[in-house]
Amino acid sequence: MLKFGKKPACIPSPDGACDCCRKVALVGNPNVGKSVLFNALTGAYVTVSNYPGTSVEVARGSVVINDVSCQIIDTPGMYSILPITEEERVAREILLHESPDVVLHVLDARNLERMLSMTIQLIEAGLPVVLVINIMDEAERMGISIDIPLLQEKLGIPVVGAAAAKKRGLPELKEIIVGYERSKRAIFGYGKRLEADLMEIIALMAGSYTISKKSLALLLLQRDEEVAGIVRETEGAEYAAIEEKVREKMFARRDSFHLELSLERKAVVKGLLDGVFHASANRTPVFGERLSGWAVRPLTGVPLLVAALYFGLYKFVGEFGAGTLVDFLEGTVLEGYFNPWMVSLVNKVVPWEILRELFVGEYGIITLGLRYAVGIILPIVTTFFLFFSILEDSGYFPRLALLVDRLFKKIGLTGRAVIPMVLGFGCDTMATMVTRTLETVRERVIATLLLALAIPCSAQLGVILALLSKFPGALAVWSACMLLIFLLVGLLASRVVPGESPMFYMELPPMRLPQLSNVLTKTYSRMQWYLIEILPLFILASVLLWLGKITNFFQTLVSWMQPVMAAIGLPKETAIAFIFGFFRRDYGAAGLYDLQTKGLLDARQLTVAAVTLTLFIPCIAQFLVMQKERGTKVAFAIGVFVSLLAFSSGYLLNEFLLLTGIL
Amino acid sequence: MSEKLSEKAEEILEKLWMEVEEEGNVFTDLEKISLSPDEPVFRELTDLALIEVKEGRVALRPEGKEEGRKIVRRFRLAERLMMDVFNIRGEAAREKACQFEHLLNEGVDTKVCTLLNHPSTSPHGKPIPPGECCVEAQRSGNLGVVPLTELKPNEEGEIAYIQTEDNKKMQKLMAMGVLPGNCIRLKQTFPSYIFSVGFSEFAIDTSMAREIFVRR
Repeated sequence: MLKFGKKPACIPSPDGACDCCRKVALVGNPNVGKSVLFNALTGAYVTVSNYPGTSVEVARGSVVINDVSCQIIDTPGMYSILPITEEERVAREILLHESPDVVLHVLDARNLERMLSMTIQLIEAGLPVVLVINIMDEAERMGISIDIPLLQEKLGIPVVGAAAAKKRGLPELKEIIVGYERSKRAIFGYGKRLEADLMEIIALMAGSYTISKKSLALLLLQRDEEVAGIVRETEGAEYAAIEEKVREKMFARRDSFHLELSLERKAVVKGLLDGVFHASANRTPVFGERLSGWAVRPLTGVPLLVAALYFGLYKFVGEFGAGTLVDFLEGTVLEGYFNPWMVSLVNKVVPWEILRELFVGEYGIITLGLRYAVGIILPIVTTFFLFFSILEDSGYFPRLALLVDRLFKKIGLTGRAVIPMVLGFGCDTMATMVTRTLETVRERVIATLLLALAIPCSAQLGVILALLSKFPGALAVWSACMLLIFLLVGLLASRVVPGESPMFYMELPPMRLPQLSNVLTKTYSRMQWYLIEILPLFILASVLLWLGKITNFFQTLVSWMQPVMAAIGLPKETAIAFIFGFFRRDYGAAGLYDLQTKGLLDARQLTVAAVTLTLFIPCIAQFLVMQKERGTKVAFAIGVFVSLLAFSSGYLLNEFLLLTGIL
Repeated sequence: MSEKLSEKAEEILEKLWMEVEEEGNVFTDLEKISLSPDEPVFRELTDLALIEVKEGRVALRPEGKEEGRKIVRRFRLAERLMMDVFNIRGEAAREKACQFEHLLNEGVDTKVCTLLNHPSTSPHGKPIPPGECCVEAQRSGNLGVVPLTELKPNEEGEIAYIQTEDNKKMQKLMAMGVLPGNCIRLKQTFPSYIFSVGFSEFAIDTSMAREIFVRR
């Protein structure tokens, strides 16, 4: 799941007191329903913030259970206590340094065997673990039965069967959270040789740690540098002996230590599940599985994708969001009632013409900034995020990713990049932030470039579709140009940008009917982020444009851009749209809309302007995020490249259209 | 063969076997295999009744044919070993293989052959005469271990091992449940590989699928 945070916040609590409360950490694989459980446990008062020093987001929420106040922490997904990705590192950081009072290990009942290996690791580390076997309802439907009391006895920790989405198991879990006390637990033995090796290392460790020495010794043997750092710091001068011993054992087991350890753990899990886990063999595939089958085969998957895009993007976002809703909000509500009322109010209250201009003038905060933000952008972005959240919750994206992986490899990306790319059609700024989920730096740079260049955001898309729909030929030319440039630049970038070619792997969660509450929560958190990020920028843009107008700087800028506009065959008024475009991409498109309604542009000019503007430099917000995520150098390089390419493409397209006379 | 042949004798038999079996020349001129009747090796081979000489031309007796076949097999196995395991190529590989082949007797050849999964051709594309171990492997229906890419959709197998240089990738695969001993079912091969382990499904690309080895 993708989450978006506000500014980094300190560890929160509605009443400001948090040191005394119970800390409960939710850990587990991705896609096991941690966030659903988190929402079910906390309800309100959730803050999402960047984990200090990283760009990984951690959600925290407070709740009072039986008069005990608890802080619930939703950690990023982790597969093992040995971290590989930045997300996993943050999750472990919380376990190591925040000393939670209760650690809820959430796993998927259907994959108990695979995921129980991490439970063993958590218990072994001496953490206060409670095992939550989630998604019991679906597992039962599949004919799986789990003997929970027996498993609880074998593990020596509380085990709860739950279906978080249906609130099943929640009361039981809450009781356990407040009543939890560290007590006896099962001890898992590995093979003789491994145990002996571990004992030798543990014997050298004298300091005290937040997790067990056995666990630390295992991590040292797996070359965990972070743990090595902690041990070095704690042991001081004694560390050299430990390091030497670890090196000796590591060398002796250099062939396949990771593998042997996994196999040892697998054997432990097999013993635990003996008599606990029963699965009946034959069952008929449910509808979700059949749909999944269609989604992953090119022959049926491509029509399915086209259908999803047509109904979701074109019909719902385009016609309903950008058409019906915008007409109502912008046309009827704002232009019809709100704005005239505001204009007369401001004119009555404010005596100075210049200040009146600031609020209700041509580029006024209310007449332009708010009108665009609330009247045009809000309905489009809301409908898009709703569409995106439905697709996300249904489990469709991983399937789309594997479908396009081969194609994306050609442009230097993997199927994984399909998620930021699709999100880009909603908001490129948000999508640029999400590129951090891609594995290699090379992928991130290419994805950032393509987002800045050839992916129009929903607001821009909505306005451009509305503009060009009057000329079907223009729409076709525009689409062809975007696709061509996307592929060409991608192909080129995959050759030019240095770095290793990435690998593609992805878990396919079962497809299911999207749940309304999840969809609404996700849409809401994205909307919240969007409004907090962009509203100030809209107001800032209005102020800057107003300043530009009263100082005449704006006019000067327009006259500077005139030769460029003339070169690509556009009237000088279009320069205004391009200057708007720098403040917000969608502003620019909306500026074109204004020009078109005034009848200043013909079909050819409209097409050239739309293509150039779509390609043209990203909006300020996207540029700032690019700089934050990729660094100043890369951000500027992309900015310059994009601007040059935008205007030269505009020039070429204009010449081409004049020559062939298509439009 | 109770008595161990000299290296020189092994080389003569090797050449002769290739002349007879692969070139189809039942009789070969002595000069062609650089053998002269006054050398001790000539006596060694004739005394053991491995070759016979008629009118300055030499032929293999059935015992010699059998011995030659084994020698060629050992040489070509040695060549494969140089290339596949030690990663030595070219002229250096040939020279080392020439020295190495003489060590591959008394059951060592069987072990090397099994290690290399009973190869059928040498690095130069020449056939390797099958040994008893190869026949046995074929008879028992043990097709050996193949990459996931060789499975057909809906075919099942047991994961044998993961072969990758990248430690992190190895850990990621293991976290996905790709562990030796687990049952894996291939569901689809295009556009990406989809497989299931237990109740989970995963998608991977071809280069990753090549690194998972499955026992059918």
